[in-house]
This record gives sequence, C-alpha cells and structure tokens, in this order.
Amino acid sequence: MNSTSIRRVAGPSLAVLALGLAVSACGAGNEAATTTDSSSTSLSGTLNGAGSSAQQSAQSAWSAAFGKANSGVTINYDPSGSGAGVEQFNAGAIDFAGSDAALDPTKGEVAAANKRCGADVLEVPDYVSPIAVVFNVKGITKLNLDAATIGKIFSGTITKWNDAAIAALNPGATLPSTGINPIHRSDDSGTTNNFTDYLFQASGGTWKSEANKTWPLKSGEGAAGTSGVISAVKAGDGAIGYADDSQVGTLDTAAIKVGSAWTAPSADGAAKALLASPLDTTRAAGDMAIKVDRTTTAAGAYPLMLTSYLIACPTYSADKAKVVKAYLASIVSTAGQQLAATSAGAAPLPADLQTKAAAIIDGITSK
Amino acid sequence: MSVIEQKAGSPKRRLGDLVFANLTFGSGLLILVALAGVAIFLTIQGIPGFSAKAADLDGHANFIAYVWPLVFGTLLAAAIALLIALPLAMGVALSISHYAPRRLAVVIGYLVDLLAAVPSVVYGLWGISFLGPRLAPLYGWLGTHLSWIPLFKGPALNSGRTILTAAIVLAIMILPIITAISREIFMQTPRLNEEAALALGATRWEMIRLSVFPYAKSGIVSAAMLGLGRAMGETMAVAMVLSATGIVSFNLISATNPSTIAANIALKFSDSTGVQVNALIASGLVLFVITFIVNFAARAIVSRGDVRNK
Amino acid sequence: MSAIVHQHVPLTHPRLPRWAPALVGVISLALAALLGISLGWGPVGIVVVALLVYLVGLPVWSRLVENRRAATNRFVTTLVWVSLGIALVPLGSLLWKVISLGAPQVNGRFLTWSMKNVFGESGGIYHSLTGTLIITLIATIISVPVGLMTAIYLVEYGAKSRTASAIRFLVDVMTGIPSIVAGLFAYALFTLLFGPGTKIGFAGGLALSLLMVPIVVRSAEEMLKLVPDDLREASWALGVPKWKTILKVVLPTALAGIITGVTLAVARVIGETAPLLIACGATTAVNLNPASGQMSSLPVFIYFSYTQPGANPKILQDMAWGAAFVLIVVVMVLNLIARVAGKILAPKTGH
Repeated sequence: MNSTSIRRVAGPSLAVLALGLAVSACGAGNEAATTTDSSSTSLSGTLNGAGSSAQQSAQSAWSAAFGKANSGVTINYDPSGSGAGVEQFNAGAIDFAGSDAALDPTKGEVAAANKRCGADVLEVPDYVSPIAVVFNVKGITKLNLDAATIGKIFSGTITKWNDAAIAALNPGATLPSTGINPIHRSDDSGTTNNFTDYLFQASGGTWKSEANKTWPLKSGEGAAGTSGVISAVKAGDGAIGYADDSQVGTLDTAAIKVGSAWTAPSADGAAKALLASPLDTTRAAGDMAIKVDRTTTAAGAYPLMLTSYLIACPTYSADKAKVVKAYLASIVSTAGQQLAATSAGAAPLPADLQTKAAAIIDGITSK
Repeated sequence: MSVIEQKAGSPKRRLGDLVFANLTFGSGLLILVALAGVAIFLTIQGIPGFSAKAADLDGHANFIAYVWPLVFGTLLAAAIALLIALPLAMGVALSISHYAPRRLAVVIGYLVDLLAAVPSVVYGLWGISFLGPRLAPLYGWLGTHLSWIPLFKGPALNSGRTILTAAIVLAIMILPIITAISREIFMQTPRLNEEAALALGATRWEMIRLSVFPYAKSGIVSAAMLGLGRAMGETMAVAMVLSATGIVSFNLISATNPSTIAANIALKFSDSTGVQVNALIASGLVLFVITFIVNFAARAIVSRGDVRNK
Repeated sequence: MSAIVHQHVPLTHPRLPRWAPALVGVISLALAALLGISLGWGPVGIVVVALLVYLVGLPVWSRLVENRRAATNRFVTTLVWVSLGIALVPLGSLLWKVISLGAPQVNGRFLTWSMKNVFGESGGIYHSLTGTLIITLIATIISVPVGLMTAIYLVEYGAKSRTASAIRFLVDVMTGIPSIVAGLFAYALFTLLFGPGTKIGFAGGLALSLLMVPIVVRSAEEMLKLVPDDLREASWALGVPKWKTILKVVLPTALAGIITGVTLAVARVIGETAPLLIACGATTAVNLNPASGQMSSLPVFIYFSYTQPGANPKILQDMAWGAAFVLIVVVMVLNLIARVAGKILAPKTGH
C-alpha cells in the first residue's frame, strides 16, 4: 500500500511540474521572435533598463518601435522607480537607467555612477511632461491659480474655495464655500519632486519646503500612485491635486500664472519652459542636468513640468555599445521625441537640447 | 549528540539512522538559523539607517522621530482591526462549533478559509474602489454628528480612504486566522462539561459561557494576539487604501492619517536610494521586533495553557 | 406548625412557538422596508434597520412569554448569526467585484501575451504568470524538504526534548513574520552577496520560502503525529531501521495530509505582494531566469498596473482586475486540489 501511494502521488505531481516547465518554456505570444524581417539590421542582444515609472509609456513606445526595426534586439525597461533604477545602474545591474531627477552629486550619486562606468557618466533629458494641477469643484470648470496661491492651498493656509486669494485670481467666477481638500502622492515620486520644486522656487515664500520626492508636509490627503491621486480627486467635491497631464482624463486642470499670462498645461508649454532653463554648468561635459527655471516668464512657457533623464555610460563592451548607442539615439531623435509626444503626451525636446543630447549619445564607444 | 532522544522501544541505531537523524536535526537548525538570519541581515543593512540624517528620514531629526509615528500608526490600525475582528470572529467560530448543523458548519468553514485565501493586493483593490467610497457617507455623518468624540473629529474625508477603512480591511483579513484558532479550541471543549451544563438546564448561551469560554480563555487571547501580529505586518492593502500622511493622531475619519511601518516601506522602497533604503530596512527591523514579541507572547500563552491549537 | 403553601409548579416553561423567529424576521423586514421606502434609504439601510428591529424584537417577545435567560439566549443566537453574516458580506462583495470586473478581461491574448512593447492597447499577463510560477516553485523546492525534514525531527527524533520544543516554538513564532520583513531579509541578503539593487526571481523565492516553511512544518508535524505507532512498531519488529521505517512507512501513510498542507502553503504565499515588490521588482517582458534580472509576478503586476497605469489608465486598470481574477482562480484551484488530494490519497488505516 505504501509504495503504491508514493507512486500515485509521484505521477501526477511530476506531470504538473512538467506542465509548469513546458508552459514556462515558451515565450509570450507577442514576444515570439519575428523571423527573417528583411528590414532588420545586424544589431542583436538584450538591453536592460530600469527606473522612472513616468517614462514607462514612452519607453514602451520607443522599445516597440526600436524592436520592430531591429528584430534581433530585446529591450527590457522595468518601471520600478527612479531610485531603484539609479541604485541598480550604479551597481552595474542594468545597462541604462531612467530617472525623474538628475543624479545628485551631494548624495554621491554622480560619484557612484562615474565609478560604475569607469568614466564620467552620461545624462541626457529624454522625457519632458507637464504636471497638471487638477481640481474637482462643483460648478467650476475653469480656474486660474498662481504659484503663491497653490503653495498656500497645499500648505493649508487657504482652506475654502471662496477664499479672497482665489477669488482675486478668478474674477467673475462664482466660487463655492466648499472646503479645499488638497491631495498629494503618498508614495515617493518624481512628480512630487518637481511639483514641490516649482512651489519652492515660484511661490515667493508661501511654500517653504525644498524640492523633495517625499511629500514634505503632514497635512492633506495622501494617495498611492498617479491613479490614486486622480481617483481621490474624482471622489470628492472640493479636491485639488497634481498629476502627470497625460493621465488626468476628464478632470479639469488649472491654468497657472507665468509672467502676467495664464498658461494651461501643455506639452508645448513644458518644452518652452525647458528651453528657458539653463544647464547645470558645474557638471561634466556629458551630463546635461538642467536647472529648471520655475520662475521663467517666457511667453507660453509652463514651468510646472517633470524632466526625466536617461543615464548611461560613455563606454560599453563592443557589442553592447552598438545597441545602447542605437537605442538611446532613437529615443532622443526627432522621430523618437515625436513618438513620445503622440503616445505618452510628452513634450518633444527643444531642438537645441535635442541636438546636444544626440551628440552626447553619439559619443558612446566600445571599450 | 544528545539532541536525538530515543523513542521508547525504537530499534538499535545504525549508520543510516545517524545520518538521517542528523539531517532532520540539521533542517530544524536551519530554520532557526534563517530566523536569526532575518534579524542579523536586517540589522546589518539597517545600522546606517539608525544614524541617518534628516535628509534621508523625510525630514525627521533622527530615526526615533522617524519611526515613532509609523509605530503608532501600525499599533493603532492593528488595534482597531482587532477590536472589529475579535467579536465577529467569536461569533463565526461559535456558529461553526456550536450553532450551525454539521453540513452548514463545513460550508461556513470553507467560506472563511476562502477569505484567508484572497491575496492582500486584491483586498487593496477592493478597499479603494468599493469599500472606501461606500464608507465615505458614514464618515460624513460621523463627522457632522459625532465630531465631539475625538475619534470622529473629522473633517470627514470624502474618498473614504481613512485609517478606519484600512482597519476594517485589516479586520476582514485577520478574521480567518482568529476564527480558525478559536473554532479549534471551542471544538476541543470536553463534551462532558458541555453536556453537564445542558443537563442542569442551562440554555445554549449559558452552556457556552459556563463551559466553553473558561476552557478556551487562553486560546482566545492567543488567537487575538496572532491576529494582532498579522494585522501589524499587513502591507499592500494598507498601502493602497490608506491616505497616509505620517502624523500621530487618533482622528479616524480625516484625510491625515498615521502611516504604518509596512505600508511606508512598500510606498517608499522603490524610489529610495542609499541611506534611505537603510532607514527603511531599519524600520522593517523595528516591525520585525514588534511582531516577534507579539507572536512570542501569543505562543507562550498557548503553550502555557493546556490547549494547543492545531 | 406553619402552613405549607401548596403552589403549582409547572414542569415546563411557556415557550415561543417554533416559527417565532421567522415571524419576527418577516415583521422587522416589513417594518424596515416600509420605513426605508418612505424615508428613501437604500437597501443597505433597510437591512441594517431590519436587523436591529429583529435583534430587539425577538428577545423582548421572549422576555414577555418565556424568561430572562431564554431571552438572553435568543439574543446571543441572533448575534452569532449576524456576525457570520457580517463576516461573509465582504467576501461576497469582493468576489462579485473581482469576477464582474476581471472575468471579462480574460481571453487567449490576455493569458499568452506579455506587456513588452505593448502600449495603448491591452496586452497580457503571461510574463507575470510565468514569474509567479517560477518564484513559487523555487519557494516550494526550498521549503518542502526543509519543512518536512524538520517535522520528521520534531515527531520522530526530537519528540519532547528541549531542543525540539524550542524549534517547535520558534517555528510557531515564525508563522507571524510579516511578509514585508521576509522581503527585506531577502533584499538585504542579496544586496550583501551580489551588490546593491539586486532584484532577481530567486530572492523572491527565498523570501516566500521563509513564509512557507513554518506552514509546511506545522501541517507536516500534525500529519506525522497522526500516523499510528502500531505501524512504526510493526516495522521495527521486522528489523527495519528507523530511518527506513520513516521513509517507507511513516511518510507514505501521512503523504495525503502532507500534500494537502503543502498545497495550502503554496496557496498562502502565491498571492504575496510586498516581498516580491522588494525582492523581485517588476518587468514587462517574460523573464524565465530566476538568477538574473527582475521578474514580474501577478500580485506585483496588479499593484503597479492599478497604481501606475501610465498614459492610458483605463486599459491597465482593467488588466489589473483581470489579473486579480486569474490570481484568485489560481488560489481557489490550489485550495480545491488540496482538499481533493486530501480525500483521494487519505490512507485507509482502519482507525
């Protein structure tokens, strides 16, 4: 009886195991190697990237387009967060990283990256996206806000929608006396980092905390992820939040004051704001970290935007160098930037920056 | 080795026995090593976190100031969850052990197990998209009419994602474990005691109060503590449901809620670098120590009492 | 001589008729409905009020006809059933929500595609399915031998020794380790071994095994204890060495229960999110190599798809529900297998 019962179990469990392995052994339907594509290039290999989840949509678009043109290449991009991406890049676990903030020299990130690469690390902007201030107030579809007022709203000094400060910016609008419910990201994010940077620089002192990817205050409602913010804003009358413009859906967005004009979030405006911002001159030649000027008064500029970077090394092993160079070049190319604009609502890089980025990437060589 | 004790009447030792016995003993030791390993590796990676500076601690001056609100939130959410879950679990366990006919009891038992089988991330989805919005009107009512109670001071959050909602989700999640353990213990009540009570004319409730509860007391306490431990360690459901702002407050229905250690780690981990990661791991160590103590106490109570859950 | 007062003592108390609870139930529901419809409450409000009326009504009636003790008894009985109802409402609502939103998502493409190079349309969860399968398999391969051997030690060798009691106790304590702590442990370990930022499938498997081992030990120990000593002694009497007795007699007899326990342990860990989020990360492509590169898994996919859906939120959030549906089906099938296996393979020991 005993040995038979062992066999009775062994058979089916082996079968299950084999089935499991068989299932795992074949690739996904959409990943099957496209055979003999005549247009295919000689490039081949696997590129691993990770980091910014804001870049995810754009990265999918870029790698899909690149994969179609170069059937031998597999590109993995793990949207596990900017911090994780930088960490993994510096540890040599991945080939390139996407980060919503430039490497921070004061935290030793630049030094660590240089050490990993054995030379000065390359850093180019590849994804610029406006951050919208979204609101849900009954009866109000258009709203003008300046940075000082946004700062007061989010730090809790203004608590009613019909506050004099808001009314002054919106002549003619009948603002309700509803309480304001400011909503922020409860997880760490590049969006929060850029939003707080904007408030710190442009609010003229109503917002006191420096740029931080963690929400610095202990007030307001916290929600996980962009979708969390969006659904929390949708959930209640009187809510206001901030989110990547491409994801706001049907929510109303506020126009912010730039110079003396009211500017609604747009990809074009974000690009203009970027154009008005100087590069960080303390950086190495291949590092295009941008000191975004949140106080710009350029016409049409929308300085509340997120700038995401590609981080890569100047040298790679022979076969990898070709693939990295080709893929990153395709990202910063005019076509690549256009693709990000249509698929992810990003702002194409301004021509100047794009040329400079392309030149830096063109300098990637094999060891 | 003296660790291997001869079972009475077992046959003579042979080489195969010695090898096999030590192999099994080694496995047991391996588990202890793993448990120690958890503490050791978390400590090694956590040490830089203990002395981290404000920049890496979300602006808190030191690690204690950083972790205290999280500990508070963890304890608060778990305590509320336990308050909600314990009476319910007692009811469910009694319905299985003493009220429902046998067939129905099996079905109920299966359904409760099902509750335990639902992954926590699915509870999170359900909490955000279903439970929160459904509870929001209730919070609104509490905030308007009972705001003189500090717990319901409000202003009520109209998306309903408060610590009370998170605690309710936690309560549902720990219900199965408390139910399972108490049901086992209720069922182990000596038949004679129960029948003696009934023969004296006790009603069913009196029988339970007089013979089942005294017998099951320590078991219930330990079941509750195990549930508490589970609730303190739950991560994803809280991370997704809770509007966490990291303050210390007993206000259960407002937008600003204390965060929990586990949820804080899940929300911050992927975007942290360097010492921030160490600080998160250090907070994980704190959570480990707290849950270890709670579980240790719970198990100690069980093994001290006569009952031992199966 | 005092006068003895003869008083008629009835042997039975008056009792409410058997249909009393049903009648009170109908009346309270009718009352609540009437009140609710006239005041415009939703169905939830009506049910709650009906319950309250019932909770008060039945004991009061019982108090009037029967006695205080019977009234208390009826009150508690109602409470017990109500708490059961309250406990099952979330389960029903949750399952309904997941099925209604998730089931329509599931189709051939959903199960065979990954999310690599997919944007602006719905892809599939194949990469997460394989990831979950591989990670869980690793966890099982680690925890079953270790757990089983430990259980054998506890039952066959250690018995009541101090070491065994200590191990048994700490294994019990270990069942309470928060899953995220297990994840941090794996992350910390692999960071020390392979450098910072190492997120691989194997780390996830290790984290899950830490959660799985105690469950396996506990269930296997219970099962081994159930094996009658007669069997062992008969085997020893035939001159079979102890270790062979364990392998050939004890284990096969307890096999059914052990398999049930292992399957339930797998079902318990397969839905874990937090440790995998930390130890394995996420990816959009199929990764079959647990030793290198991030690996997606169903729970992590659900979390990321729901919280960070990218430019087309609706698509990925729908997929999250679909993946949740698949995950719950997998867990339920595992539970079912455990029960069926337990029934079919149960030893016929005549006890």
